[in-house]
Amino acid sequence: MSTLPVAAAPRSMAPPPLSPSRRRAKRRAAWRRRRTVLLFMSPWIVGFSVFFAYPMLDNLYLSFTHYDLLSSPVWIGLANYRYLFGGDQQVWPAVSNTLWFLAIAVPLQVLFAFGLAMMITRAKMGVGIFRTIFYLPTLTPTVAATLGFVFLFNPATGPINSLLSKLGINGPSWFQDPHWAKPSLTLLSLWGVGNAMVIFLAAILDVPKHLYESAQIDGANALRRLYYVTLPSISPVILFSIVIAVIQGLQYFDQAYIASTSAAPGSLGNAGDNVSENLGYPQGSTLFYPLYLYQQGFGFFNMGYAAALSMLLLVVSLAVTLLILRNSKRWVHAAGGVR
Amino acid sequence: MATVASEVRAPVIRRTIPWSVRRRRLLVAIADHSILIALAIVFLAPFVFIVLTALMSNQQALTTHLWPQPFKFSNVTHVFDTAPMLRYAGNTFMYASLATLGLVVSSVPVAYALACLRWRGRNLAFICVLLAMMLPPQVTIIPVYVMFAHLHLVGTVWPLIIPNWFGDAFSIFLLRQFFMTIPNEYLDAARIDGCGELRIMFQVVARMAKPAIAAVALFSVLLCWNDFFGPLLYTLQNPAHWTLSVGLSQFRNQYSVQWNLVMAGTIVFMAPVILLFFFAQKAFVEGITLTGVKG
Repeated sequence: MSTLPVAAAPRSMAPPPLSPSRRRAKRRAAWRRRRTVLLFMSPWIVGFSVFFAYPMLDNLYLSFTHYDLLSSPVWIGLANYRYLFGGDQQVWPAVSNTLWFLAIAVPLQVLFAFGLAMMITRAKMGVGIFRTIFYLPTLTPTVAATLGFVFLFNPATGPINSLLSKLGINGPSWFQDPHWAKPSLTLLSLWGVGNAMVIFLAAILDVPKHLYESAQIDGANALRRLYYVTLPSISPVILFSIVIAVIQGLQYFDQAYIASTSAAPGSLGNAGDNVSENLGYPQGSTLFYPLYLYQQGFGFFNMGYAAALSMLLLVVSLAVTLLILRNSKRWVHAAGGVR
Repeated sequence: MATVASEVRAPVIRRTIPWSVRRRRLLVAIADHSILIALAIVFLAPFVFIVLTALMSNQQALTTHLWPQPFKFSNVTHVFDTAPMLRYAGNTFMYASLATLGLVVSSVPVAYALACLRWRGRNLAFICVLLAMMLPPQVTIIPVYVMFAHLHLVGTVWPLIIPNWFGDAFSIFLLRQFFMTIPNEYLDAARIDGCGELRIMFQVVARMAKPAIAAVALFSVLLCWNDFFGPLLYTLQNPAHWTLSVGLSQFRNQYSVQWNLVMAGTIVFMAPVILLFFFAQKAFVEGITLTGVKG
């Protein structure tokens, strides 16, 4: 500190050629600043390189190998990819299951969350209570919620089908029926839209009231106000919800794993024995892409092939996210100031 | 049909509202509330059925009767005898607390550097954070698993805890967004007073960002408590390290189809989270809103 010639610098001086000692001091200050940044960033620098960057590269390498975790990886070139796009009979059902989920469950989730939020804003009483009730399922641990649903929708004795039969409806087999398993999971996901609902609710309540008033004076009815005022004002939040829902849809794992392993009738083996053969029950209808990846990697220990599968997932996730973000410029109303 | 929402907010102007309009508004309000109440019942029904089933005898749980007869409250304690629930809970608690502690300690400085310090490469670093946040974890899961397998940590909860001590992308993002809203004047004032960056972080930024830090910690506790994929991947082989989520998911495999006990275990698993929510509801809602509106 004492080496700095602090007093020697009068204020109005034009930038003169720096004296060597000042230059040294300046360099030292810059170095100190850099050191501070480095110190603060260090957890992330380590975390990013060890748990993200290196694994990404390693994953790319592993995808060109045959690897079973016991012996060291053997380079087999493009064989994994050739199998992935050529020979593998199971991967396309898994892809189409995930696409089904993205095309049907994800839009339903966003719409349902928005609908719930709209309904709550219309309530005059009990806003807090309704918000809490609609949010509670989100808090429920996935395993607990899914087990609960598998029991509720149990075809023979579950409460849902009991109630339906009292109404004279012969309920479907839900989680046991290949055609109904995915819709059942969709219902489960709709039950848990609380996060998106709370975000929508906050956004809707943030819409400036004068916009509604002027729209009303101009003679806009409720639907038009929704379309021309509410939706544009909250469009950044809609975009955010869609992106989150799509990302989660691509990663959809827990619910499908638990539903398929606990709905399968023959799953009475020993703990963790070989659940992976029940994955996708019934008839592979819930074998979503991440489950297939898990089954290949950690059920059959085809680590190399699983790495290739995850490379495909990476490319698709990137493409989908970029596609949504790029298209969003057309319909997201940026003047809302949400950045 | 949908006139209520905005008219409620309209400034109050004294005028006589025609009877027909008032009646229509009343009907709309009743319709709105009926729909909401119906939805609320649908949302609560699974909880009700889970609780009812948890109190049934095993035979009764396999019938179509909905009301327990008699109420077997002993089921809830019986779960603890049937499965090592306390150990599962202990493992889960260890995972949630250590991971959250590490996550807060490591993410706050990174977020501070990204929001409050100016340096070259900052935007690039932020993009890296976003990238790590957006990409599915399955993309890195295999090499990370292999890494922990080489360290002989597979079969314990440590692979779940350790990465949290090196910054979590989502938390960094959230905290950074919040730190950005703190006016620079505060920081500059502290700097002029000769305060070091470390001290500014602790005494100025961290104090002002208490709600955000609380929200991040809360989310982390919740995520860990509910986490299934991680514990499944790393602890499935070793029942001594199972968390509640893995233990419960294996319940059916281990103890055949005792739905009443499964549901009782479910309740034991859910209860702490729901209690936590009622105690910290405000922090929750603020936190969720933070993710959405600033995102």
